[in-house]
Amino acid sequence: MAEHVTLTEPYVEPRQQRQADFMGMYVFLGTETMLFGGIFALVFAYRTLHPDAVAEAARHMRLWIATANTALLLTSSLFVALAVHAARRGGRRAVAGWLGLAIAFGAAFLALKGVEYWKDYTEGLMPLIGPHASVRDGPAALFIDLYFVATGLHAIHMTVGLTLLGTIATLVGGRRKGVPSQAVVVEMGGLYWHFVDVVWVFIYPLFYLARG
Amino acid sequence: MTAEPALQTPEEKVSYLAAGHSVRSWLLTTDHKRIAILYLISITGFFFIAGIAAALIRLDLLTPQGDLLTNEGYDRAFTLHGIVMVWFFLIPSIPNTFGNFLIPLMIGAKDVAFPRLNLLSWYIYVLGGLFTVYVLIVGGVDTGWTFYTPLSTMFANGHVIAVAIAVFIVGFSSILTGLNFIVTIHKLRAPGMTWGRLPLFIWSHYATSLILVLATPVLAVTLVLLASERLFHLGIFDPALGGDPLLFQHLFWFYSHPAVYIMILPAMGVISELVSAAAHKRVFGYWFIACASLAIAAVGFLVWGHHMFVAGQSIYASAIFSFLSLVVAVPSAIKVYNWTATLYKGDIRIDPPLLFAMAFIGLFTIGGLTGLMLALLAIDVHVHDTYFVVAHFHYIMVGGAVSAFFGALHFWWPKITGRMYSLIWGRISAGLIFFGFNLTFFPQFILGYLGMPRRYHVYPPQFQTLNVLSSAGASLLAAAYVLPFFYLVYALRNGAPAGPNPWNAAGLEWTTPSPPPKHNFETTPEVDRPAYDYPLAKRSADG
Ligand code: HEM
Ligand SMILES: [Cu+2]
Repeated sequence: MAEHVTLTEPYVEPRQQRQADFMGMYVFLGTETMLFGGIFALVFAYRTLHPDAVAEAARHMRLWIATANTALLLTSSLFVALAVHAARRGGRRAVAGWLGLAIAFGAAFLALKGVEYWKDYTEGLMPLIGPHASVRDGPAALFIDLYFVATGLHAIHMTVGLTLLGTIATLVGGRRKGVPSQAVVVEMGGLYWHFVDVVWVFIYPLFYLARG
Repeated sequence: MTAEPALQTPEEKVSYLAAGHSVRSWLLTTDHKRIAILYLISITGFFFIAGIAAALIRLDLLTPQGDLLTNEGYDRAFTLHGIVMVWFFLIPSIPNTFGNFLIPLMIGAKDVAFPRLNLLSWYIYVLGGLFTVYVLIVGGVDTGWTFYTPLSTMFANGHVIAVAIAVFIVGFSSILTGLNFIVTIHKLRAPGMTWGRLPLFIWSHYATSLILVLATPVLAVTLVLLASERLFHLGIFDPALGGDPLLFQHLFWFYSHPAVYIMILPAMGVISELVSAAAHKRVFGYWFIACASLAIAAVGFLVWGHHMFVAGQSIYASAIFSFLSLVVAVPSAIKVYNWTATLYKGDIRIDPPLLFAMAFIGLFTIGGLTGLMLALLAIDVHVHDTYFVVAHFHYIMVGGAVSAFFGALHFWWPKITGRMYSLIWGRISAGLIFFGFNLTFFPQFILGYLGMPRRYHVYPPQFQTLNVLSSAGASLLAAAYVLPFFYLVYALRNGAPAGPNPWNAAGLEWTTPSPPPKHNFETTPEVDRPAYDYPLAKRSADG
């Protein structure tokens, strides 16, 4: 009985519904890619136009925090993958556990990010508020501002993702979504989380690593 | 007339229209057909609002002095007109009404892939739209629909941020619809409905959906950047803050040129259906038209720079963009030839849908050819930001897309409502729209070529005659657009029952009763023949 999948309106068979769910999520992630893609394209263009200023600005970014954050985020993705695995095999409590771990690591990422923003603020990298660092005077300012937009947008996605994972963990843990019959919920949440992770994998080299 | 509900025929009594009469049953519906009707009503409302702004503009332009509106008021009027027409009428017009209604019917599905997202998309659209109109009327924005920086970030007063947020929000409605269509077309086709048997309407909506999901997020991020600059003084576009104003134009047109294809591709899909149904002939060059839709969607992403020829981009970039803009016209031209060839030796019935389709073909061709002129670097320097450009895009967006919208309305109205309207009045309004349109916009080509700039309401007296002609055409056009409202609504109660297939057309949607039952088909259809399998009589004789 556990194999029974809840069928909803336009579908006639479970496989079709499952494929449609996945495809819908992938298309959605395609849109999201274009959202970040716009910013990344700007960074590339700007780097080509002003290589020196951009490299100088990148040297003001805090590489060690970003590296630690990369490790945190990739590990949390591993936990999410384990949660998906558990969901397919019907391990209700394992799902909640792995998701809980993933949420903890994600929250740690956001906390570190907050520390980083604070340091940006005290060093004078922020526009409008706080002191004013001299690097903001030249063309580097645009790069720094794009950094704030990209990481800010990413942080918003992280927050959405954490809420999503939290909701799923509660639903599955409290038996309101059964596994494996509704494992697709965990799979969808997992895809979103991996996507947020992948975005960071692009932010990291683009803003932090390429400082030469 | 009695209070008896209009649903009288046996088909109507078991149709989707009979599935509940309360307001709630409409506002909480997940039936794609009902959501289509919700869209039809709300879109008509926004068309009307934006139309009033257009009327104000044309009235003001009757005289060279600009004595009706203040400078500020005039700027606000054309901004409201542009923003509402583009994002709240044209972009959702055909896909969200006819696409929603017809895609599941044409592929033999019960509904779209994600019915609840479909309803959500409507709510986002309506709330975003009402908010925009409210802000535009109360606060006023004077940047034009393009929000160019630094005007929009440094100088514009009014509520740029609020409107940017609203347009941002309504983008999600587009994205959800596009996503829904893509998955529906992939996963919910009836048995036997292969890709090669899909009606061309489906192909063009597929191409449109790809643009919707890939281009809209770029507009979203552009508006986010715009808002962060205005709110937090991030220096992205404003040179004083270290930004670059051209970046905005690049990002904006990277979305907005594909967006013009969001508006025209569904219209092309409609025309393919209308032409082949009127000629009772298989569409000439099925695969050419199907692939042309995809080619337009793909190449359309590579031509945005033709809006920036005089904005200071490098001459090499301009040359490449010019070339690609000529290339993107090729698939459009292929379609025009194929529609014409479809009519050749057809068994033609001159009904309103065909007349609207003919209007489309003629006007779209003029719009496309002048697009080619604009894509040539030397001509563009002369006519950029003049009425020539205004005439170009109105020929395509109004002459083309809006005519196709009306054509679709006249073609599928019997299917949607189950009732036939007056064909004579239909023909009259098609003719009036064609005539009124040309009278309105042809003079603008001349005005632009003579040098009248767009977006000013004070102009040299020698331009007055042409402007008066244009305003006269506009009032005729307005009357012609209102006309169908009367006879179509009249037909709701008094029209003759249409029967399942009033036009003798091929296509799955014509095999189910009019109006269709709640689940579209009594039994899931099995498809064993190509699209446009004419002549139909022979088909039933063959069994
Ligand atoms: C046949 C292919 C087309 C070509 C080669 C073309 C070319 C152009 C060019 C070069 C411009 C810029 C003129 C200037 O600002 O100086 C332009 C403007 C415009 N075109 Fe087209 N076009 C084509 C099709 C379309 C279609 C299909 C639509 C709409 C459905 C459209 C809508 C517009 C709009 C709205 C503008 C003006 C935007 C503004 O500045 O407000 N065009 N076109
Ligand atoms: Cu364009």
